Amino acid sequence: MGKKALAISLLALLPAFAGAAEDVLFEFSGKVDGEFRGYQQDGQFTGQDYRSSLSLALEPEFYWEWNDGVDSLTFTPFYRHDQRDDERSHGDIRDFSWVHVGDDWELRTGLRKVFWGVTEFQHLVDVINQTDAVEDSDGEDKLGQMMVNLSLVRDWGIVDLFVLPGFRERTFAGEDGRLRSGLVVDTDAAEYESGAGENHVDTAVRWSHSVDVYDVGLHWFRGTNRDPLLEPRMRAGQMVLVPVYEQIDQLGLDAQATIDSWLWKLETLWRRSDREKYAALQGGVEYTFYGIRESVADLGVLLEYGWDERGTDATAIFQNDLSVGARVTLNDAASTEFLAGVAYDLDYDSNSLFVEASRRFGDSWKVSLDGRVFDANDPADPLVNVSQDDMIQLTVERYF
Amino acid sequence: MKLSNPVNLFLAAVLVVSTPLMAQSPEERGLEISQEAKLRDLGWRDMQAAMNMVLRNKQGQESLREMRLKSLEQENDGDKSLTVFDKPRDVKGTAFLSFSHPVGADDQWLYLPALKRVKRIASRNKSGPFMGSEFAYEDMSSFEIEKYTYRYLRDEACGIGECFVVEQYPVDKHSGYTRRIVWLDKAEYRVLKTEFYDRKDSLLKTLTFAGYQQYLNKYWRADEQKMVNHQNGKSTELEWSDYQFRSGLKESDFNKNSLKRAR
Repeated sequence: MGKKALAISLLALLPAFAGAAEDVLFEFSGKVDGEFRGYQQDGQFTGQDYRSSLSLALEPEFYWEWNDGVDSLTFTPFYRHDQRDDERSHGDIRDFSWVHVGDDWELRTGLRKVFWGVTEFQHLVDVINQTDAVEDSDGEDKLGQMMVNLSLVRDWGIVDLFVLPGFRERTFAGEDGRLRSGLVVDTDAAEYESGAGENHVDTAVRWSHSVDVYDVGLHWFRGTNRDPLLEPRMRAGQMVLVPVYEQIDQLGLDAQATIDSWLWKLETLWRRSDREKYAALQGGVEYTFYGIRESVADLGVLLEYGWDERGTDATAIFQNDLSVGARVTLNDAASTEFLAGVAYDLDYDSNSLFVEASRRFGDSWKVSLDGRVFDANDPADPLVNVSQDDMIQLTVERYF
Repeated sequence: MKLSNPVNLFLAAVLVVSTPLMAQSPEERGLEISQEAKLRDLGWRDMQAAMNMVLRNKQGQESLREMRLKSLEQENDGDKSLTVFDKPRDVKGTAFLSFSHPVGADDQWLYLPALKRVKRIASRNKSGPFMGSEFAYEDMSSFEIEKYTYRYLRDEACGIGECFVVEQYPVDKHSGYTRRIVWLDKAEYRVLKTEFYDRKDSLLKTLTFAGYQQYLNKYWRADEQKMVNHQNGKSTELEWSDYQFRSGLKESDFNKNSLKRAR
């Protein structure tokens, strides 16, 4: 609530503030999307007795720029309404930040999104923002994170310093949501190791540089773990899972070598909490065949391996998993693309398969068709919870 | 001939210098014309422009692209450039940073605004279509002498006077062409037309330039470029506007930070 109030008051100040400047550039853009999900069967848990769901999302973007682009302000609210799941009907401020650009530095202040990493199947070192897990199961949707980020450009690389006040809790599907564990995660009962709770101020620093064919990033993060432990508790006579957010120190590396048609990728981290110390990695290779079969289409082939030192005790899904994927880009006027992949769990002998196809219609429409198939039998495998959630998803996006 | 003697050395030098004038091969003549064209276009330092693309298929259906470009000239290397896409709307905010090199692979990064992700991409894909258009990536990159070998073909009357006709053979084995034939006007060394021959050496595309304007009293830029693909019946028109030279762009306008905030 505090953050929302702050956002609203900042927004109220804006017209006066922008009006004072001589030459303000304003831009309005954004998108609306409608989504249909069809499931092959009812889910296995209470509340999941349906086979289709509809959802609508809105994400406008307001942008102001002044002082010849030295200063800019972006405001990107987001809201989704879901027909079935109250927890998936949610709003967020993806971005509400002011950026000031100096000669060899930048100061970025407000709610923002930052991406770190190089791999495709898992984003291991991408820890600044919390995952908006109700959006999609790929972990690529993120919640806006409050930050002050000073970025320094030097000959020997870019150094980013972060102060991150205010923690964002991960979103989880509610009782009526699909793609969840048997026990519902009670997001109203989150627990924190730090006495400051969600007000703990986290810090991070990252150095990144490009030399020849290599792109390297090295980071250190200290603060509230974005990945919660999920502990069973009795709440109001019902067994639920409660997210527990620990304090961690994390050292991480991401690197890519781009050699001819090969992309060699590695993300690795070492993490320490009061409870445990462990290492994890995600690494692999991507190779692209250009102009396949005398056409202008490209075929990219991806192979990645994910490992977590904790093995099957890991909270991560990619603890000993091999992922294979293929991407076909037609390079046509409609930007038609196909992506298919399978992640195979070497510990549980289970796999999850995904297929994605998308193309543009006209100048402002985009249509995507996605499919997900889960195949798991081992009761100890977290994937077994979603084994009846095989689905297709049709998304129609309108950009404005 | 012994070169230890200073007089002989002088004679040898005269011989070397005067050889091109006496018996210039078509290859030497082609190189010389291309070097002159490049020389006349050096020293612009930095440049900005807006570009619209109209893609047309065989049936005449149109698709639009809008982008803005910035480039920075480099001494003894290819240019640095930053391209920001405005349309189609689903790719709005996508930006492309390229450090080109006359020989070898370029360094290229793509910024994807939805994920806020900067991706280093392979630059080996020279022959692929740029934004689904009839322009290949290699057609969009800056002209560097080292990228081709040359052969002068003939002089020929062209739209605005007399032209040199020069054949260019790509050095890069990943190029989609066996050769290009370029028409340059003798007065200003501006490219008026280019023909592209595919890997089987059949005529693939013709690019024509129109609406040349001179900037800073030196640099000629065409307002319009039209690429026609003879094999698939599609065409792409480029319209350039808002050209600005020497507006003071710096190295710091071409790094991963500027890529992320480009829009």
